[in-house]
Amino acid sequence: MNLYLVKRILALIPVLFVVSVVIFLIIHITPGDPASVILGESATAQDVEALRQQLGLDLPIYQQYMNWITDVLRGDLGESYFMKESVSEAIFSHLQPTLSLAILAQIIALLIAIPLGITAALRRGTAADQTVMGFSLLGMAIPSFLLALFLILLVGVKLQWLPVAGYKPLEAGLWNHLKYLILPAVSLGAIQSALITRMTRSSMLEVLNMNYMKAARSKGVKDRQLIYKHALRNAFLPILTVIGQTFGGLVTGAVVTETIFNIPGIGQLIINSVERRDYEVIQGVVLFVTCVYVFINLIVDILYGVIDPRVRLERK
Amino acid sequence: MDALGSNAKRLELSQVKQTLKKEQRRLQLRRFLSNKLMLTGSIIIVLITAFALVGPYLVSYDPYEMDPVKRLQPPGAEHLLGTDNFGRDLLTRIVYGARVSIGVGFSVALISAAAGMVIGLYSGYYRALDQVLMRICDGLMAIPGILLAIALVAALGPMTENVIIALGIVFIPYVARIVRSATLVVREETYIEAMKAQGASATRIIWMHIAPNTLSPLVVQATFIFADAIITEAALSFLGAGVPTPDPSWGNILYDGKLVIFKAWWMTVFPGILIILTVMGLNFAGDGIRDMVDPHSSLSFKRKKKK
Repeated sequence: MNLYLVKRILALIPVLFVVSVVIFLIIHITPGDPASVILGESATAQDVEALRQQLGLDLPIYQQYMNWITDVLRGDLGESYFMKESVSEAIFSHLQPTLSLAILAQIIALLIAIPLGITAALRRGTAADQTVMGFSLLGMAIPSFLLALFLILLVGVKLQWLPVAGYKPLEAGLWNHLKYLILPAVSLGAIQSALITRMTRSSMLEVLNMNYMKAARSKGVKDRQLIYKHALRNAFLPILTVIGQTFGGLVTGAVVTETIFNIPGIGQLIINSVERRDYEVIQGVVLFVTCVYVFINLIVDILYGVIDPRVRLERK
Repeated sequence: MDALGSNAKRLELSQVKQTLKKEQRRLQLRRFLSNKLMLTGSIIIVLITAFALVGPYLVSYDPYEMDPVKRLQPPGAEHLLGTDNFGRDLLTRIVYGARVSIGVGFSVALISAAAGMVIGLYSGYYRALDQVLMRICDGLMAIPGILLAIALVAALGPMTENVIIALGIVFIPYVARIVRSATLVVREETYIEAMKAQGASATRIIWMHIAPNTLSPLVVQATFIFADAIITEAALSFLGAGVPTPDPSWGNILYDGKLVIFKAWWMTVFPGILIILTVMGLNFAGDGIRDMVDPHSSLSFKRKKKK
């Protein structure tokens, strides 16, 4: 298990190296010169040259990368060109809304997906199964931002139950916090649940046909226990994989959803930075989110062994 | 006598061949028709493609012509789907937008399929190349798709061509991975070994013998990428980081619609429904093709969604 862990973490190094090079190159193939962007059009050529030197933009590209990556490894993502704060500060001040949104959306996705998936699997081929699968097909074709817009039209404009824009931090009270997050979280979670439902169903179907299920049933194990303890736990690995993948999807789906609902999270930070051409921030945010995504998948991998002893044994 | 006999035989043989061919074609048609997913998907795709190709000749308005007096008119006789916040006819914008959105999706699918195929084939065939290319693919796939696309478009500049290039780069690894794993299987076959023993060049083996065997998973994946590219383009344009205004694309129309969502539901609902329909048609077709070429994967389970 420990050897496996070490191997798994070592395998991340080349991935993260490539990620950093790709992100660095994308920002540095930009036609515009950051120095003249910062100083504006009225700057003299001398000023621009001085700032280029100050920012290290006159160095050869591999040296610029080395400087940048050593700073990054020390936890310094650079300074924003336009906001009077460092990139890491900007990220952390925008983190809470995105995190709240992603967690709430994931909870909603699971609350929808697991019961629906189990029901569909248990009643395979019936109208209930077909309805669930139909909705799941529909869900996979709707981008979450579109569902968000439809929800705004329905709940916000027609029924006026919930606010359709804005954000209140957790300190403003739990209900106030949640009130603003419900619509965005439902639009994200419902879409994510489509995929998880499908996975739950197919994974459950596979387990339900196993011999040990028949054995447990003939021993007289109660239905409830049979489904949740014997079937679901064994069917959970593929479901967990999809959850890990959709969590990454949630964080990025949040980018679009946040701008719709005017939530001041990571998504809005990156969109604003794109508009202002604040390349340091774009670079830092993309790198940060990618690392989060990579580590979530690492945790999912580790969780495999915790949930399923068979995996633990195999790895030894 | 002998020549006549062989002639008759040949005639008979060609007749048999022809009937067999007919039979085969009928079977294929039946399989196609009995494959409900495939059929529904194809019908939707054909209808929407026709809508995009023929539509512009049927609408009587100009997609760019603004008419401030007729701003935000609800759907009615004069403007079937209403007008937008600049007084432009919405149906016309959606029809021209279909060309842009589907065009971008198709180009992205084509580019990533072509580049992904080359990368996948060569990294599957040459082990040394594999290490380098697949690490790069891993890295690219680790960056969430829409963020990579946003960063690329921000760097290249907001132009439709750049949106296509950016999305192409985003989706290349997904093709490369699949072609590579198919290549890894095929290159171990005996007939490849036989080709090598006969002295066939690597290029010949790769392109004449391995490539055709990777085509069916490639086509399935390209169909899904087509769908994903349409969604991602819509998201990018909706964020204002995609197809530049005033060119119509479904995402752009939604962007304008968001500004007036409390006054004009039609600007959100109609392009939205078209996106959903198109993506659903493509997903159905992709699932259908997979069921057709690979009867074992009866669980038509889609690959992970990247948004």
